[in-house]
Amino acid sequence: MNDIATIFITLMMGALTSNAVLNQGLSICSFLGVSKKTSNAFGMGAAVTFVLVISSLIVYGVQYSFIVPFKLEYLDLIVFILIIAALVQLLDIVLKRFAPTMYSSLGVYLPLVTTNCVIIYTVRRVVGYDLSTLGLLQAFLDPLFVGLGFILAICLMSGVRERLALGKIPKTFEGFPIVLIAAGIFAMAFSGFIGFKI
Amino acid sequence: MDKQKIKEALFGGLNNNPVFILVIGMCPVIAQSNTIIKAFSLGAATAIVLIISNVVVSFLRNFIPDKVRIPCYITIVATITVVIMLLMESYLNDLYQTLGSFLALVAVNCIIMARLETYASKNAPIYTVLDSVSMGLGFVFAITTLGVVRQLLTMAKFDIFATTAGGFIVLGFMIAAFTSVSKLINDKLQKRKQVVVVENCTSAREIV
Repeated sequence: MNDIATIFITLMMGALTSNAVLNQGLSICSFLGVSKKTSNAFGMGAAVTFVLVISSLIVYGVQYSFIVPFKLEYLDLIVFILIIAALVQLLDIVLKRFAPTMYSSLGVYLPLVTTNCVIIYTVRRVVGYDLSTLGLLQAFLDPLFVGLGFILAICLMSGVRERLALGKIPKTFEGFPIVLIAAGIFAMAFSGFIGFKI
Repeated sequence: MDKQKIKEALFGGLNNNPVFILVIGMCPVIAQSNTIIKAFSLGAATAIVLIISNVVVSFLRNFIPDKVRIPCYITIVATITVVIMLLMESYLNDLYQTLGSFLALVAVNCIIMARLETYASKNAPIYTVLDSVSMGLGFVFAITTLGVVRQLLTMAKFDIFATTAGGFIVLGFMIAAFTSVSKLINDKLQKRKQVVVVENCTSAREIV
């Protein structure tokens, strides 16, 4: 019972109460860069979620098979970043071969997944889970729900931006300023989740 | 030595300010700028990593194969970040604890990759030093200003400005202010140039 509660709290935290973009201010680059159209935004969110889950599982394995036994904790950042970069490269090749339509719609944003802050931030949290079945389950579900939270945020924002493109905006606020202010109002709404007690 | 190039590199941090104009490398800018000390120290750490990695890549630009350049850059940046992190852990431990995971995120900051990709991989080290110092100072300036504004507003009991929401809103207003002020200055400069040209023309005509 206690385990189920732990997992549930992890999920709610990942997706809502500590939403990567709107409550923690991570990966703003892709959030602002790819949220002009809902279809692109969803593709970006899906790519980030995929890389997030797979890299978390690989890193969790590497942490307990190499880094901890050989006491290489001080090098972990380099190892994690290289794993993520290699995974993105692999995704690039696989998508190009098997899903060319999705590949062309993601375009330049696929390589940008490598430098997405949310991935390295979550991966560094995942290696903190202990070596057990519960830990493994958390290492799988936590990044999955962080990714879902990212998809939620970026899709909401793209909906607003599609509307903003039609509206009349004061000249000074055209472009990024109005988008940032809209994101701020979203973040205020999301900060309401913090008050919930489970 | 190309004078035009030096001028461009020196004013890069102002004309192409990473935060206010290019709007890249925003993670620490929004998430960690709620107090002045956090904003300044994270900005400084980013600037140091930016400068060192740019110079290193600029020296190695003829040896790095084009196809695997991104993994190469990432490894270089991550190594330098780890060095900075270890130094900070031993000499500035309090700061290291407050910044926490965000210090590691310097390694994946978009501004560093963007400068490596667009400038350091194509230019000689001498220009790269100027460009990266100017860009780094521009970044520190932007994040510290944001930190000052947010801390003042938080001290005035507007608690929302200590959260991410406040970060978004303050940054939105600051980008609007920065772009409009720089546009105003550019217009003035343009007008002065035109006036000079017109005066030259009239004096030339009088001589004729």
